[in-house]
Amino acid sequence: MTTMTTDARFREFKMPDVGEGLTEAEILKWYVQPGDTVTDGQVVCEVETAKAAVELPIPYDGVVHELRFPEGTTVDVGQVIISVDVAPGSGPAQTPAAAAAPEASAAPASEAPAAEAAEAAEPEGRQPVLVGYGVSQSSTKRRARKEAPGVPAQESGAPAGTYYASPAAAAVQAELNGHGSAAAAPPAARPMAKPPVRKLAKDLGVDLATVTPSGPDGVITREDVHAAVAPAPEAAPVSRETTAAPQAPVQAAPVAAGARETRIPVKGVRKATAAAMVGSAFTAPHVTEFVTVDVTRTMKLVEELKSDKDMQGLRVNPLLLIAKALLVAIKRNPDVNAAWDEAAQEIVLKHYVNLGIAAATPRGLIVPNIKDAHDKTLPELASALGELVSTAREGKTTPAAMQSGTVTITNVGVFGVDTGTPILNPGESAILAVGAIKLQPWVHKGKVKPRQVMTLALSFDHRLVDGELGSKVLADIAAVLEQPKRLITWA
Amino acid sequence: MTVESTAARTPRRTSGGKRAGGKTATKAAKTAQAQAAEPELVQLLTPEGKRVEHPDYAIDLSADELRGLYKDMVLTRQFDAEAIALQRQGELGLWPSLLGQEAAQIGSGRATKDDDYVFPTYREHGVAWCRGVEPKNLLGMFRGVNNGGWDPNSNNFHLYTIVIGSQALHATGYAMGITKDGADSAVVAYFGDGASSQGDVMEGFNFAAVYNAPVVFFCQNNQWAISEGNEKQFRVPLFQRAQGFGFPGVRVDGNDVLAVLAVTRAALERARRGEGPMLIEAFTYRMGAHTTSDDPTKYRRDEEREAWEAKDPILRLRTYLLAEGLADEAFFSELEAESEAFGKKVREAVRSMEDPDMMAIFENVYADGSALVDEERAQFAAYQASFADGEGK
Repeated sequence: MTTMTTDARFREFKMPDVGEGLTEAEILKWYVQPGDTVTDGQVVCEVETAKAAVELPIPYDGVVHELRFPEGTTVDVGQVIISVDVAPGSGPAQTPAAAAAPEASAAPASEAPAAEAAEAAEPEGRQPVLVGYGVSQSSTKRRARKEAPGVPAQESGAPAGTYYASPAAAAVQAELNGHGSAAAAPPAARPMAKPPVRKLAKDLGVDLATVTPSGPDGVITREDVHAAVAPAPEAAPVSRETTAAPQAPVQAAPVAAGARETRIPVKGVRKATAAAMVGSAFTAPHVTEFVTVDVTRTMKLVEELKSDKDMQGLRVNPLLLIAKALLVAIKRNPDVNAAWDEAAQEIVLKHYVNLGIAAATPRGLIVPNIKDAHDKTLPELASALGELVSTAREGKTTPAAMQSGTVTITNVGVFGVDTGTPILNPGESAILAVGAIKLQPWVHKGKVKPRQVMTLALSFDHRLVDGELGSKVLADIAAVLEQPKRLITWA
Repeated sequence: MTVESTAARTPRRTSGGKRAGGKTATKAAKTAQAQAAEPELVQLLTPEGKRVEHPDYAIDLSADELRGLYKDMVLTRQFDAEAIALQRQGELGLWPSLLGQEAAQIGSGRATKDDDYVFPTYREHGVAWCRGVEPKNLLGMFRGVNNGGWDPNSNNFHLYTIVIGSQALHATGYAMGITKDGADSAVVAYFGDGASSQGDVMEGFNFAAVYNAPVVFFCQNNQWAISEGNEKQFRVPLFQRAQGFGFPGVRVDGNDVLAVLAVTRAALERARRGEGPMLIEAFTYRMGAHTTSDDPTKYRRDEEREAWEAKDPILRLRTYLLAEGLADEAFFSELEAESEAFGKKVREAVRSMEDPDMMAIFENVYADGSALVDEERAQFAAYQASFADGEGK
């Protein structure tokens, strides 16, 4: 291949960027073979990019000398795909390489650089993308950097995703290589910050070059500037390490290869969860009570219900009966199903139960609720519960399904733990945590026997639920689960 | 014929004498009918190459002029094909093809006079040709080696406008200036069906109407706003929109170079006479992709393109020229040779274009310089210097 490039007789045609900013294209079809005569402007192949399938015309008159890649290969923009003998009459050419005849698997390894061969062999390595220009597989196009004193020239394209623009990333790279310091980084780039943040820094007299960035890609945020003014540890606990080492002006980039910390922007469900939990924990004085109960009879009932005709096709599990037990307890102690209206200085008693179920989903923690659960028969409740869970797992829970809850169950038992102190869903007065059901030694009818036992925890808002009310609710739930026939007697 | 184009012919009559109520009612009914059916378009040369007459727009051209229009269209198509190929070879960053719109552009471009002013979109290669803009300059812009391409005032052809529809405002403002100067030239604002949904275009319409500005709004309705067809863009035929702003609108067969020339001439004459703006909807078809970054097979069917191929603007004029003995085979073969030579020249011109100095991008930001630009220039120079292979490539 190297001899080709120096020979003016053979002209090479490189994969062009046929879109705006594309990095690669797949060769769909060759319309010519080595030995074919071509003229300037003649279409020689069809390629497909992330945007379109297009035909490529050759810019030379001559005879096709070689095709460098077979059909189906994804080729980086800038790589030679075909060479043309522009003076075919001037003597015997080197043996035309039929490298890319459709049946050939790849260009001969002796001629193609290793990277190309590897790529040809693994076309499926390309990541599919929905939007944008596709994902580049290699960085063969990156220009080499000058050797900086103390820092050996990096292998071209070694750390994929390294930002030249980010001195922080460069510093990290230098550190990883065991050479130099931030000072050896390429030209002092301007610290990255948005204009309002620059203004803030200017107003506060902060030199942005001394501020540790915490934003994505090393961007300095408003908080970073504030932290630089008053480096109080409690104000910015996440940057404690950086304040401990003020002599290093530039610290690790937020996400760098091999970093000891990873920073994830707080947004979406996480942000909503955090706001809700902080809001709840610091407005409603929480009290949590615990009870451990023998649920052997409930487990038996679950087994019986599973084969019951009325419950066919429905999901029957302990959670269903625990939900039913909670509903019975609320029926006997309706004042717990209430909300504190701070603005109106009123307690709102709810005459309906929208039963929330905390669900861990791929999107994070969400609490959809079953509307009017108090009106539902057991099969209806089972159906609603099953639907709620599957909807949540698919990530399709609607905002409406998460609003207007009145009381919540959180099933931490599925993770194998015994119990916890749940935090109220904002706007509600009680939340029941369900622990794992375990076979344990238990005194049953005067004898120690292995029984199925679980611990329940109920947190309630002490502004409107007194210890007496909360205790009664929890005790009633426990009583139902111990003797599920109370579902009938108390209903 | 619709009410609008009647108004175009005799604009003053409508505002003139009082009309009987019955007559107005009949007119309204006719308009409603015209809206229900596919609106009529002005046509002087059928797709089959037959010359037909139109009551409102007549044209009488010499054989030389007819052959000239044909040659313009052929060379423009050749130029366009070369540009697409050059883009595919990596020589241009992008190219918006005009394939199929040659008649709309050559017909309207040849209707302008030297002192008229043209505000194009980024697809007006045929109009640029008529205005005498050096073809190489269009390509230099899409290669990214010049800053916009040409001096707008040397050919009264404004810079290609990439922002959709903003040139309607520029054109209207220029036309208002012509009125203030007391000059008797006119302005053409080009835009497409997609741009007709832009606020800028409607603002231009309204200002032009209120100020009676001498501007012709020339809309090439090529049926596709990238991937959105007409039916997803508007409910009323485009040319009828003018009525709501208070000036006439007419739909012309955009693939009929004679009709486009006749209608645009009439509209420009009208504007020069001080009778205000007019909207021309040239009903045509974008035969190729929106730009070289687009793949039309993803959103439209081949049958549609085939139907429009039968209405090809060049083919119908060739048929007419041959049938009427206005051109012989020698003319066509000579033109073919000329076209090929022209294509070769275009290719060579592009391939030999020199890359501008990397640092030149900082030169035309502020006339008197700026501290921020100076800082950026120094930073960029340092960045370029950090590469092992020396200067920027």
